[in-house]
Amino acid sequence: MKARLPRTGAPLGLLLLALFLAAALLGPALAPFDPLATDVLNRLRPPGATHWFGTDALGRDLFSRVLVATRLDLGMAAGAVVLSLLAGSALGAWCGFAGGRIDRWVGRLVDVLMAFPLFVVAMALVAAWGNSVANIVYATALINLPFYIRLARGEVGVRRGAGYVLAARLGGASAPRLLFGVLLPHVLPMLAVQGSINLGWALLNGAGLSFIGLGVRPPTAEWGVLVSEGAPYIITGQWWLAFFPGLALFAAVGCFTLLGDALRDLLDPRGVAEAARS
Amino acid sequence: MTVSVSTGANFAGRIGARVLAAVPVLLGAVVFTFLLTHVLPGDPAAFLASGPSAGPEEIAQIRARMGLDQPLPTQLWHYLVALAQGDWGQSHTTGQPVWTDLRQRLPATLELTFIAFALTLAVALPLGAAAALWPRSVWDRTCTLLTVGGSCMPTFVIALLLVYVFYFLLGWAPEPTGRIDAMLAPPPIVTGFLLVDATLAGRPDALASAAGRLLLPAVSMALFSLAPVARLMRASMLGVLRSDPVRTARALGLPRRAVLASALHLALLPVVTGAGMVFSYMLSANVVIEKVFAWPGIGSYALDALLASDHAPLQGFVLLVALLFVGVNLGVDLLHSRIDPRARAGA
Amino acid sequence: MSTAPMLEVDGLSLRFHTSSDVLNVLDNVGFTLQAGETLGLVGESGSGKSVTALALAGLLDTRAQVRARRLRFQGRDLLNSQGTPDAAAWQGLRGRRIGFVFQSPRRALHPLRTVGDQLQQVLQIHLGLKAVAARQEALAWIERVGLSDPAHRFKAYAHELSGGQCQRVMIALALAGDPELLIADEPTTGLDVSTQALVLDLIAGLARERRLATLLITHDLALAAQRCARIAVMHAGQLVETLPSAALREGAAHPYTRQMLRATPQSAPTLNALRSVDGTLPDLTRADLPACRFAERCERSDARCRSQAAPWTRTGAQHALACWHPVHVFPQPLALAA
Repeated sequence: MKARLPRTGAPLGLLLLALFLAAALLGPALAPFDPLATDVLNRLRPPGATHWFGTDALGRDLFSRVLVATRLDLGMAAGAVVLSLLAGSALGAWCGFAGGRIDRWVGRLVDVLMAFPLFVVAMALVAAWGNSVANIVYATALINLPFYIRLARGEVGVRRGAGYVLAARLGGASAPRLLFGVLLPHVLPMLAVQGSINLGWALLNGAGLSFIGLGVRPPTAEWGVLVSEGAPYIITGQWWLAFFPGLALFAAVGCFTLLGDALRDLLDPRGVAEAARS
Repeated sequence: MTVSVSTGANFAGRIGARVLAAVPVLLGAVVFTFLLTHVLPGDPAAFLASGPSAGPEEIAQIRARMGLDQPLPTQLWHYLVALAQGDWGQSHTTGQPVWTDLRQRLPATLELTFIAFALTLAVALPLGAAAALWPRSVWDRTCTLLTVGGSCMPTFVIALLLVYVFYFLLGWAPEPTGRIDAMLAPPPIVTGFLLVDATLAGRPDALASAAGRLLLPAVSMALFSLAPVARLMRASMLGVLRSDPVRTARALGLPRRAVLASALHLALLPVVTGAGMVFSYMLSANVVIEKVFAWPGIGSYALDALLASDHAPLQGFVLLVALLFVGVNLGVDLLHSRIDPRARAGA
Repeated sequence: MSTAPMLEVDGLSLRFHTSSDVLNVLDNVGFTLQAGETLGLVGESGSGKSVTALALAGLLDTRAQVRARRLRFQGRDLLNSQGTPDAAAWQGLRGRRIGFVFQSPRRALHPLRTVGDQLQQVLQIHLGLKAVAARQEALAWIERVGLSDPAHRFKAYAHELSGGQCQRVMIALALAGDPELLIADEPTTGLDVSTQALVLDLIAGLARERRLATLLITHDLALAAQRCARIAVMHAGQLVETLPSAALREGAAHPYTRQMLRATPQSAPTLNALRSVDGTLPDLTRADLPACRFAERCERSDARCRSQAAPWTRTGAQHALACWHPVHVFPQPLALAA
């Protein structure tokens, strides 16, 4: 029986992750050219021996720009997810734990929000708060909040009556201690899975926003910005300008998705058995 | 044993209940846009004025109209009243009321979204069903490939790649500059949907041009949305094929086709809800696609306004999207209860 | 004059392949069912009785590997050249010649279609009736299975009916194609006691009327003894004994059957006298299952029971069992079953 995609994906995902982390941490040092250095004589060169990804309209080396952009893109995505995860799971856990009317109302609100075209919300937030990288991170964190609230709320709500929780309560544990010391660690694995998948979405969101001109702006190197710089040149045939940053996005999102799936398989063997039966 | 009776009154009651449930969402959206402009660091009047170059008289005018000296709840009330009367503010970049602008541009976005949505369903549903019926076949592998790959590639990159291949390399697609060839006179506006208007006016050339230009942007949106719908269909179908009713159908000796029809009927139920979410997502993805293809819809309108610090249109855009979202949800709910008699009984 | 038995099963084995294990679900099951006869297939849950029924109807997953020495329906051979059931042959029999009634009838009915619609479809397909005629016949069937107000019920959905009513509909569906064999898999489990009796009466009545052979699958030994002429007892995928139900109380000779009798409320004078069957079912994924799968739970077993499968031995006109140490010592020499 051939292995399913997620199983074979884990090693690939790890490899990609290693590459991206290296690029993010060491990017500027590894770049063959200065990402901001213009060289108008060499503008719009197709990929070749010197310029592996070609050059852009100002003669800047595209490979260096894509490489250096890794740090910003991954940083933004990671920042958004961490914020979202912490705030969302705390809020969701509290709701699930408290139960009652607040829990139900929050649940209903979250259900509605989850389907709302959140890109629009991000646009509005950036419009109100200003066009900066920090605001992109906050906006992305905000629109990813519902996932974590719902997840934490569900998991905590289910476990609220479990034996070990009651035991801890009888042992005199206070509510916060119960919540964060006992319940949350059990919920952590599912949060981690959701987090790694969300990294991909956060990345797409951030790139999408900068593509339309919000957040990061030229000449800063960021994958979404690079694609938008390359967009006008698609119809004149200089495909590499948009292609390589797009490829980087694809690979990064793919990497996080593969890792997220592998993590889920690892942590939820029941789900694997379900899938195996299919 | 009771059999539920669907009188007209009951049906209206159910719709009413669902509309009522939608009100908080709408209210939430209104409050959100209200807060967006009225509770800012800085001067809300300046925010809504014609940009940094606005004169003090203009700002004073806006301030008076917004009633910024009044308590917040009063302001909110005035805002609600104004919205209900169709006063959604003024755009200083187009010089027109926001409501007028939005009404003019909405059909372009809707036409694109409908076509993209239809494409998504037309491909994703059969693919998902085939993947479930013939596991590990070429259909199943294609489905997996699409769901994994399709959800990893951002829409704008897909769009640009498609333009490159089909416009630049192959010359099959027209250039990505709007809904219809600039050389052609557009048909008279009846619905705002070019395909419909061109047909009504009996203009095959306009019809062909509009259809051709709809293709690439619709495909770009559809490719990204294929993934969740196909995955949902596949999962739903797999579950249904193993369910009791399908086993009964086989045990009753029904021919293959009848069993399949039974299964599909059951499998489509969760897909309806999921597809509704996809439609909502498409309303969002519109913004990016409209930018790439220079599509004159509400997304590009909002974007242009945003970048020109013209904030009233953006506010209107958010509200309109909220309205559409609520409408879609309502539609999905109603469709669901039409298909599933169990939902009807429960209300 | 000999008519071919309705159903002849011999050497039926079933292996189930999951991604990690192989389950030896059925081992060498064999029995015969005559036309018009009612046979009760009895066993604990997990004994393989439902699976046997599903295997007989060809309703199992593709991962189930079914093999049999002989599998005949009304004398017609249903095995292909490799000794596996022929799917095409089964397709022709289901609904038309073999009717099936499942457990949990409300779940088994199609939730999104009316009851009448489902009946009508079966009638149109199997009896070739046109829509109007099929509708009439469907209404007749609704009445025949004891549901009042047929016109109203025709438009009902499964979730609007009680468990007993759903089961009546299922029976109608199973018999609408006018089959000759009815397989009822735990048809009354989950229903309340009075409804149970009604449903079983319905099945018995219709079976008598239409001269059906019935295979009644149940975990309830007393029920089978009440409703069936003959009983076949299964344990862990093996058939251990078949005997007429009249002979059950005194004549049951297999240790497992006797233990089951002891566990039946009707057999015990007091609650204290009730004893459950010793031990639990063996794990079917084991590669080292004993030849007699009851050996590890049986107080009479020895090394031979574990290593050598006892032959299927006829001890009376309708009585046969597979055991090295039956509870009764039979006076005449044991004759090996044909």
